[in-house]
Amino acid sequence: MSFINYSSREISCKIVYYGPGLCGKTTNLQYIYAKTNPEAKGKMISLATETDRTLFFDFLPLALAEIRGFKTRFHLYTVPGQVFYDASRKLILKGVDGVVFVADSQIERMEANLESVDNLRVNLAEQGYDLAKVPYVVQYNKRDLPNVVSLDELRNMINPTRVPEFEAIAPTGVGVFDTLKAVAKLVLTELKKGG
Amino acid sequence: MNQQMVMYEEEFNQINTVCDRLTREANAKVVFLVDKNGQLIASCGQTDNLDTTSLASLTAGNIAATGGLAKLLGEKEFSILFHEGERDNLHITIVGGRVILVVIFDSRSSLGLVRLRVKKASEELGRIFDGLLKKVEAPGAGSPFAEITDEDIDNLFTE
Repeated sequence: MSFINYSSREISCKIVYYGPGLCGKTTNLQYIYAKTNPEAKGKMISLATETDRTLFFDFLPLALAEIRGFKTRFHLYTVPGQVFYDASRKLILKGVDGVVFVADSQIERMEANLESVDNLRVNLAEQGYDLAKVPYVVQYNKRDLPNVVSLDELRNMINPTRVPEFEAIAPTGVGVFDTLKAVAKLVLTELKKGG
Repeated sequence: MNQQMVMYEEEFNQINTVCDRLTREANAKVVFLVDKNGQLIASCGQTDNLDTTSLASLTAGNIAATGGLAKLLGEKEFSILFHEGERDNLHITIVGGRVILVVIFDSRSSLGLVRLRVKKASEELGRIFDGLLKKVEAPGAGSPFAEITDEDIDNLFTE
């Protein structure tokens, strides 16, 4: 849940990057971290294994401009993608304001994508959220690889409700900020409705 | 689903007063308050060289993980955590089931003193947060964002 602080005139929102293992969630955050002005970002924290697989979460605090006199802050989190870290994934979804699903476009990862979307839906429901109502965008990552599934097919399988979707190549930044902006916009629009 | 967290000037000042007093009375280096989602609410003491945003997020992650462990063992929660370091120690408690109170202290204080002072401060903080919740639930406590326009939102991203 977002946190509105009238005293310091700040609003903070939590965005979670979800998706199967090795789909590029951490890479999204690393690119955002690398391309953001030092004054607009805090330290990026990665709780990872020795082989750089996310163990618990990555965390990146961002500060955007003011909106109606309130400084807007977004806290970006990733979940560990590997199937057996499900207990940790559930914890990170607590208090979420917006979700980015990062899909791996490679044909051999389609099953993992579908399993992960299902897992997202179930874990959100456990926290009392409905995926259909939460600010939610989908990113089709790794579009530069040779063995990718067509956009139409990805869309039909992963995004049947047609939420905002973006093609991406996270290491070079293609689609990374478009994805972030889209989810941030949905989160703020939701806040506006909640008033 | 969790309720929207809102902080007003009045309660913020009350919370700061309690945290300030706790810092002094417990001989602590730093006291800070975080909500369970990892948002920093208040911090007092020697916070100058401290990355409080990261501390807040990691504390919440820590509490969440410990809460997960508690559930597995059939406990409601583990309401006190203590981390002992060579120089500094961390004392973490859950206040009113909702916010996390963190005290950082060194050899100038002791675990016993911190526990004693935290207990008293927790009760006071619990009362403040109860009042805050009632205020947020009261009719007419609308979001300041009800009147933002799509243009306002777009402007955030045009740099």
